[in-house]
Amino acid sequence: MPEKLSFTLNGQPVSVEVDGDRKLLWVLRTDLALTGTKYSCGKGLCGTCTVLVDNVPQRSCMLRAGSVRGKEVTTIEGFEKDGELHPLQKAFIDHDALQCGFCTPGMILTAHGVLRRNPAATREQIVQGMERNLCRCGAHPRILDAIEQARDTLAGKPTAPAR
Amino acid sequence: MNDYEKLSLEILRSTPAGAAMLADRPASPERRRFLQMLSGGLLIGVTLNTSLLRADAEEAATVGPRRPRNELPKDFNAFLHIAEDGKITGYTGKIEMGQGINTSLAQMLAEELDAPYDTVRMVAGDTDLCPWDAGTWGSMTTRFFGPPFRAAAAEAKAVLVLLAAEALGVPADQLITRDGAVLVRGDESRRVAYGALTKGQRIERHLEVKPTLKDVAAFKIVGKPQLRRDARDKVTGRAHYTGDVRLPGMLYAKVLRPPVHGAKLTSADTTRAKAAAGVRVIEQDGLVAVLHATPDGAEEALALVKAQWELPPASTLTEDTIHDHLDATIKDAKVVDSGGDLAAGRAATKRVIETTFLDGYVAHVCMETHAALAQIEGDKLTVWASTQNPFGVRDMLARTVGFPPEKVRVITPFVGGGFGGKTSNGQCAEAARLARAAGVPVQVMRSREEEFFLDTFRPAAKIKIASGIDDAGAMTFWDYEVIAAGERGSAQFYSVPHHRTVARPSGWTGPAGSHPFATGAWRAPANNTNTFARESQIDIMAAAAGMDPIEFRLKNMTDARMLRTLRAAADAWGWKPAPAPSRRGLGVACGADAGTYVAAIAEVEVDKATGAVKVKRVLVAQDMGVVINPQGTLIQLEGCVMMGLGYALSEEMHFKGGEILDTNFNRYAIPRFSQVPKIEGVLLDHNDLPPQGGGEPAIILMGGLIANAIHDATGARLLRMPMTPARVKAALPRA
Ligand code: FES
Ligand code: FES
Repeated sequence: MPEKLSFTLNGQPVSVEVDGDRKLLWVLRTDLALTGTKYSCGKGLCGTCTVLVDNVPQRSCMLRAGSVRGKEVTTIEGFEKDGELHPLQKAFIDHDALQCGFCTPGMILTAHGVLRRNPAATREQIVQGMERNLCRCGAHPRILDAIEQARDTLAGKPTAPAR
Repeated sequence: MNDYEKLSLEILRSTPAGAAMLADRPASPERRRFLQMLSGGLLIGVTLNTSLLRADAEEAATVGPRRPRNELPKDFNAFLHIAEDGKITGYTGKIEMGQGINTSLAQMLAEELDAPYDTVRMVAGDTDLCPWDAGTWGSMTTRFFGPPFRAAAAEAKAVLVLLAAEALGVPADQLITRDGAVLVRGDESRRVAYGALTKGQRIERHLEVKPTLKDVAAFKIVGKPQLRRDARDKVTGRAHYTGDVRLPGMLYAKVLRPPVHGAKLTSADTTRAKAAAGVRVIEQDGLVAVLHATPDGAEEALALVKAQWELPPASTLTEDTIHDHLDATIKDAKVVDSGGDLAAGRAATKRVIETTFLDGYVAHVCMETHAALAQIEGDKLTVWASTQNPFGVRDMLARTVGFPPEKVRVITPFVGGGFGGKTSNGQCAEAARLARAAGVPVQVMRSREEEFFLDTFRPAAKIKIASGIDDAGAMTFWDYEVIAAGERGSAQFYSVPHHRTVARPSGWTGPAGSHPFATGAWRAPANNTNTFARESQIDIMAAAAGMDPIEFRLKNMTDARMLRTLRAAADAWGWKPAPAPSRRGLGVACGADAGTYVAAIAEVEVDKATGAVKVKRVLVAQDMGVVINPQGTLIQLEGCVMMGLGYALSEEMHFKGGEILDTNFNRYAIPRFSQVPKIEGVLLDHNDLPPQGGGEPAIILMGGLIANAIHDATGARLLRMPMTPARVKAALPRA
């Protein structure tokens, strides 16, 4: 049954009239026309649909829309703050850490979660944190390089040059 | 409110929640509300889409229709447009699926025009705007589209010089071009910008004698590494793929699929689906689909359809029995290559080695599933499609849906991976038929399950090789037969006096009754399977001769380019010769694809308890002629290595007859972060050879490379791909 659902989306309050049992992915992509959040498996297996809910990465294809009531949802479109790219976004550009780019939004938001949990994550810990995100183009090595650069930038350290 | 905002609002209104959201606050002026949403990141998707499309459409209107059909146009205006403000647009019928052509083609255009790289942008894969193209595959963009594209730019530049000569009153031979302008040599204050010469119009003058292309030595932009141009859009979610395009009033469709390949629909009871709120059901010549204002709504409604199927006769075919079945059902044979006297060569050989290699079905698994959005306005059909061949889609739609080709426009937004899988475009015809039946725009986007089920798999295959060596370790004969994989990459490039290569059949789809489901081109089609077999057999012979695998290859090779490529790999690696198995876990492989030569060395570690293989380091030397964008090339090479780990180690479709058993990522294992090896690319200097392919070559090596490294580590010879832990374990020599 449609219900009024209010939450914060990319820093702005929104209310939508939707069935709370629908998956957040489709509400974002269809009802709210935020298409940066991608569908690829629909079963929580690939990570392309990742969004932040109260700053924690969640797979929106598995998430009831009703579960974000009153919460803060950030999609890739809202990750840029005041026209300033987030260090992760910058690092992905610097390292060419993408090819087709379809996995990229989910990679960036998942990486954000990895670095938030562990700002000093080693490369190995980053690998572990990213293991459940899939990329078919094989951008993996550069994605890891980019996350390491972002980690250092966020920690205020000088960054190694991109390869 | 401007047009752009109006259209966005219209689109917002057309979504259920959007309409509710606007209705929710009738008091607030629409414009303010709209701008608020924009600043919150909302609607960026739709607004950008439509505004970009408009710009392109306007440009098309000023430049006019100018594309003849199904051949490359002769008029250079078809390839480029120079606006009055100096902005240059390049047009290509190729599409951008991650391979970076929007970057490399812009480099070529800027180089040949002598224009600043930043002023050039590319429009790709739009059948109304771009010159005809057969499709984006075979690593052919640079090789085959590059030369005419550069020639168009060279002619345009030469004509601009003539126009400038008249404008400046200076003979053309006293003029030079630089940074998007024509200048007087020796008095560079006298100059005229390209944009001032074209005034944004098409250039009417043409040259009888076409100018020559720039010499590699003069390149300033080509050959310099460039970061991808689409990265910013892709890291901000602004990049649009087909599934992201929104049109007012559009509906999302879900199509009824059979449970197994070969099943026939006998009846579909759609009563319950029809009764569901907001659902429309379309039934037309075997196509049964439900339409809804949301994709998840359509999916739910589809579950309400009760279909009866006539199943095909039960089949016992599985991934384990398929190879013999293919051997028995594919008769059509072609001699790809032969030389010497095979029978005599064989008769004179004491050491004959006979081996049979097997490969399974491999899926494409693009992260973006096949999608299409069709819109009919009057007598014109427009389809946005995730496809590798927009012009092929246009012609296919004209044939199957009945619009004349000139009334069909196919637009290709960013494509989320192709690898050959998006040369099959059934979703486009479905969307077009449904849009016509429903009278509104319709999107078809496949679920992951549909994507696996409907894939055109890389064919399972069997390869039989008999070959021989003499006492000095020289190859004496080579008898090679490939069944079902296709002939690409099968011809022998080692020197062997008596040889024959046969392909059954020559292509990668078999006759009816052979494959239980569709097969098709998969990144470097056939070559992955052929190179696995050939390079494994070469290694088996090297080991039999007690020779180091690189020494054995060099000894049996006269092709100068391959020798140089293999030596480059050995040098860069710091290779120390030793016969296998040396227990170091080092493997070697070489091959050629798309005009490019590649040789690689890898190091693996094998867990003897589990059979799991960890690839630790891969070095690929690549001779691809002139390199357009070294950065883009390395990225493609890395992508090849990563993707190749999958087919080598884990990827294989499990099935029972026409029933596909692996339909999502929980069962079908593609490479992950924990598998990333250290990857090094060595690009050979070869500037007297025109640029060759870069998107596929390195991937062909991965199977043979890993098989050979596993043998070097353990003494186990893997004859079947993928080399899963269970198969590796079973092959380990008993301690
Ligand atoms: S689409 Fe949600 S995890 Fe794959
Ligand atoms: S960049 Fe294409 S899937 Fe990751």
